[in-house]
Amino acid sequence: MSALLSIENLSAVSRRDGKPILRDVSLQVESGTIHGLVGESGAGKSTISKIVLGIVSGGVVVTAGRVMLDGKDLVQIPERDKRILIGSQLALIPQDPLTALNPGRHIGDQLTDSLRMWKGFNRKAAWARALELLDHVAIRDPARVMDQFPHHLSGGMRQRVLIAAAFAIEPKLLIADEPTTALDATVQKQVLQLLKRLQAEHGTSVVFVTHDLGVVAQICDDVTLLFQGKVMEQGTAATIFNAPRHAYTRALLAASPRYDNPAAGLNPIDDAVIAACYAQIQQFDGVQHG
Amino acid sequence: MVDVTITAASHQNWKPIVAAAFSDPKVAVGGGFILLLIILALGADLIAPHDPLAQDLMLGSLPPVGMAGTEPGYWLGTDDLGRDVLSRFIHGTRIALTVAFVAATIAATVGTVVGLLAGYFGGWIDVVVSRLIEIWMAFPAVLLSILIVAILGSGMHSVIIAIAIIDWTRFARVVRAETMAQRQADYVTASTVLGFSRLGILAGEILPNVLWVVLGLFTLELGLAVVIEAILSFVGLSVSSDTPTWGGMIAQGRGIIYQAWWVFALPLAGLLATVLAFNQLGAGLRRSLDPVMQR
Repeated sequence: MSALLSIENLSAVSRRDGKPILRDVSLQVESGTIHGLVGESGAGKSTISKIVLGIVSGGVVVTAGRVMLDGKDLVQIPERDKRILIGSQLALIPQDPLTALNPGRHIGDQLTDSLRMWKGFNRKAAWARALELLDHVAIRDPARVMDQFPHHLSGGMRQRVLIAAAFAIEPKLLIADEPTTALDATVQKQVLQLLKRLQAEHGTSVVFVTHDLGVVAQICDDVTLLFQGKVMEQGTAATIFNAPRHAYTRALLAASPRYDNPAAGLNPIDDAVIAACYAQIQQFDGVQHG
Repeated sequence: MVDVTITAASHQNWKPIVAAAFSDPKVAVGGGFILLLIILALGADLIAPHDPLAQDLMLGSLPPVGMAGTEPGYWLGTDDLGRDVLSRFIHGTRIALTVAFVAATIAATVGTVVGLLAGYFGGWIDVVVSRLIEIWMAFPAVLLSILIVAILGSGMHSVIIAIAIIDWTRFARVVRAETMAQRQADYVTASTVLGFSRLGILAGEILPNVLWVVLGLFTLELGLAVVIEAILSFVGLSVSSDTPTWGGMIAQGRGIIYQAWWVFALPLAGLLATVLAFNQLGAGLRRSLDPVMQR
C-alpha cells in the first residue's frame, strides 16, 4: 500500500502571538483506509484538515513541513493549481449539517454543482446522477428531495445529502470533520455505517476527525492521537485500542464508556497524566528553540 | 434499495410557490392596488374623464359628487382653475410610478452590488464603503435631494438620479451586514473546497440568500421614492408645473384648503395608500417566497 496523503513534519503557529498550533506532525493516509484524527478541542485536528483543504484562516501560519497529495506539495504549489487539485480530488463532509447546505438554494442545485464543475456533466446528466447519489445514501423519494430546500430536511437527512455530495466527484480523499457530532446517537450510527459502506465501495481514503474514541473504534483503520498540536501516539486502530503505549492514550481509553465491559466504569483522566503531557510539549518546544 | 425512475424533472417548481404568493392576503391587497395604479398610469389618456390641463373658470372649485353644487362628469370636483381633480390625479400616477420604479431599481442595484463587495471582501473596500455610507446618512435626505435637483436642474431625470443617489445606502448597509453573516456559514467554506471562485461564491451562493432582503427593501424604497417625488413636486423642483403630479396638487390644494379641500385630499390619500400598498406587498412577498422564512 502507498500513502495517498502524506503529511510530513508539519508545524504551524498563530499569527497573533506566535504560539505553536501544530508541532512537527507527520501522518500517512494509506489508499482506501480510514485514518482517525483524534484529540480534544484545540488539539489541532481541525487545523490539519483545514490546511489539507486549503481553507485555513489567515490566523494560522504554516512554518515548516509538507502536505503531499499525489506527489504534489499542497503547501507549496500555486493557488490556482491547488484549487484544481483540491476541488477535483478532495471532498469535505462538514461538522454541522445545519449550516453546511446553502439555505437559499434547492438541494438538487447544490448536489449538481460539483458534477458539473469537475465531471463535465451537463445539467440533465448531473441531475440524473444526483438522483442516483441520493438513492445511494438511502434517501426516500430522491426526486422530491431534489426540489426541496435544506430546511425541509431533518439533520440526519441533511448529513446524508452532504455525504452524497461528497462522494459525487468520487474523490480520492475525503475529509470528514466530526460528521456525527451534531447528530443524536441512533442517527449517528446509521450515518457511520453509511459512510463506511460508501468508503468501501468507492475505495476512498478518509481522514476522520473526531474526539469520540467509540466512533474511532467502529470505523477507523489507523489512528493519530493529538494533544496540543503534537502527535502523542500513532498506529493501527487495533494497536491503539489493545496495546496503547502512551499514558495519555491509556487514560483516554479508561475515561471512555465501554459497552463491552460495563464493569470497567468511567475513570476521569488523572491530572498527573495531563501534566506529563504538558511537560512533554514544553520539552519539545525547548528543544526546538534551544 | 428503492428503484428510482430518473426523470429530467423541471426542478424549478415555482408554480405552486407563485400561486401561494398570490393567495397571500397582503400580496393580493397590496399588489392589487399597485396593479390598479399601473393600469391608471398606462391608460391615463383613455381612463381620465377630462383633459387634466383643460381650464374652465366657470367650473372652478366644484365640490365632489354628493355635495351641494356639483356638476355632472366632475366626480371628484375641480380646482380653482376648473381642472378636473380626478383626471389630474390619474395623470399624476404616471410620474409617481415611473420615478418610483426607475429610481428604486437603480438604488437597489447599486446598493446591492456595493454591499455585497464590502461585506464579502472586507478590508479596505469595507472601510471605504462603510465611511461613505455613514457620511451619506448624516445628510438629511430631503435637503440633499433638493440640493441635487437644484444642481442638476429640475425634471424627471433629476428626480430619479437624486433618489438613487440618496437611497443606495439603504440597500448597501443592509446587504453588507447580511453578506458578512452569510460569509461565515459553512456552506461558503464547502463551496471554497469545491473550487468555486470568490466572485462565483458571491453571485451563486450568497446573492440568493440576500435577494429576499433586497426584495423587502425594494418595496419599501418604492413607497419612499413616491414620497420623495411628491416632496420635490411640492416645492416645485420636480417636473415642469404643467405636468400634473401628486405633489404639485398637494401644493396647489394647500393654498385653497378652505375653499376646495378636495384638491388637497385626493393626492394625499393616494400617496398614503400607495406607500401602504407597497409595504404590504413587500411583507407578503417575503413571507410567501423566501425559503428561509417559510419554516
